[in-house]
Amino acid sequence: MIDFFAEHYSHVCIVVLIGVGFFGMVGKRNLVKKLIGMSVLQSAIILFWLVAAFKEDATIPIVKDGVSPIVPEEYVNPLPHALMLTAIVVAVVTSGVAIALLVKIYRNYGTLEEDQILEQL
Amino acid sequence: MMRSASSNLIVRVTARFVAPVIQIFALYVLFHGHYSPGGGFQGGVMIAASIILLRLALGNRETRPLISTAVATRGAALGALIFLAVGALAFRYGGEFLDYGMIPFSDDESMRRSHGILLIEVGVALACACALTAVYDDLGEAPGRGEERSGD
Amino acid sequence: MIRMPRRIRIPLALLGILCCCTALLFAIAAEPDYGDPHAPAHREVSPGGHVTPGIYYTRNALAEAHTPNMVTVTLADYRSFDTFGETTVVFCGCVCVMLLLRRRRPERSDDS
Repeated sequence: MIDFFAEHYSHVCIVVLIGVGFFGMVGKRNLVKKLIGMSVLQSAIILFWLVAAFKEDATIPIVKDGVSPIVPEEYVNPLPHALMLTAIVVAVVTSGVAIALLVKIYRNYGTLEEDQILEQL
Repeated sequence: MMRSASSNLIVRVTARFVAPVIQIFALYVLFHGHYSPGGGFQGGVMIAASIILLRLALGNRETRPLISTAVATRGAALGALIFLAVGALAFRYGGEFLDYGMIPFSDDESMRRSHGILLIEVGVALACACALTAVYDDLGEAPGRGEERSGD
Repeated sequence: MIRMPRRIRIPLALLGILCCCTALLFAIAAEPDYGDPHAPAHREVSPGGHVTPGIYYTRNALAEAHTPNMVTVTLADYRSFDTFGETTVVFCGCVCVMLLLRRRRPERSDDS
């Protein structure tokens, strides 16, 4: 049990973040709080990919000066970092469009609480 | 309903002093994306942050003439078009889409790819900066609650 | 579900999420250790016999693109088509917000 947490502590933190994000999306009634839960969930998934790319005693994926044959064990895997840059930008754009939808809902119904909106529908 | 300037003098003076510093650092991050962590998206978001800082501190009336929403919307389209143009330029010189090794920037193929990467990052930064500025402008013009109940 | 009173809805949501998190904890027991250099993600050769993309990009980024930053070369040269799609997504997000939130000016009718 202790070995499990010692070897996988980063994964356990990510599972906690996923739980927090999902609870925000499901258990809260305000639409802005649901959006914040979605943002936490996105951050947790991006962190999961970066944790998968990590190697022990490895440095950032920028080639060191003056080292002639490049040893891949010294550098972190660059592919998940590149893919997650795309994911971060898409998450930002998704949050922007979601906030625009929330503004439109507020203009139309006058409230952002889910039950009050459902009564007016 | 235009957002008014901040009534605090320290906020106004600090924002006017800090915004150019942020923009210079954003250009540094953009152009040093080859040699340090950074690149197009990071630099573009920092430029947008400096513009939003000015809009928050100095009010919309003073800063809209500098970069209006119309300019921002067209800038976002222009950034995407720069990316597309660099990719399509490779067709002219016999390569595939986004094959920068064929565009004759210089003699060495690795230098040609490096210059292609730089042009693409400039386009991406322009698109990101202008898109985020336009989104902020649109979000900031909300009227009061329940004003458009006609189901628009 | 939304119309349930608060004291039923929140424990029910917590129960569901605890079940999901337990399933996730069982799944991460099968993951390689944090930072294990022999993990399948860091293999040199894939089971099909070809070199894996991470190792290829690490070895050849500086030589093929004169750029020390492997992530920029991956994003803007080897996977530039994905970055093109991402730039299109950014622009489409801007257009979506514009369509949602800009209001039409009232049409003026000119009598001439």
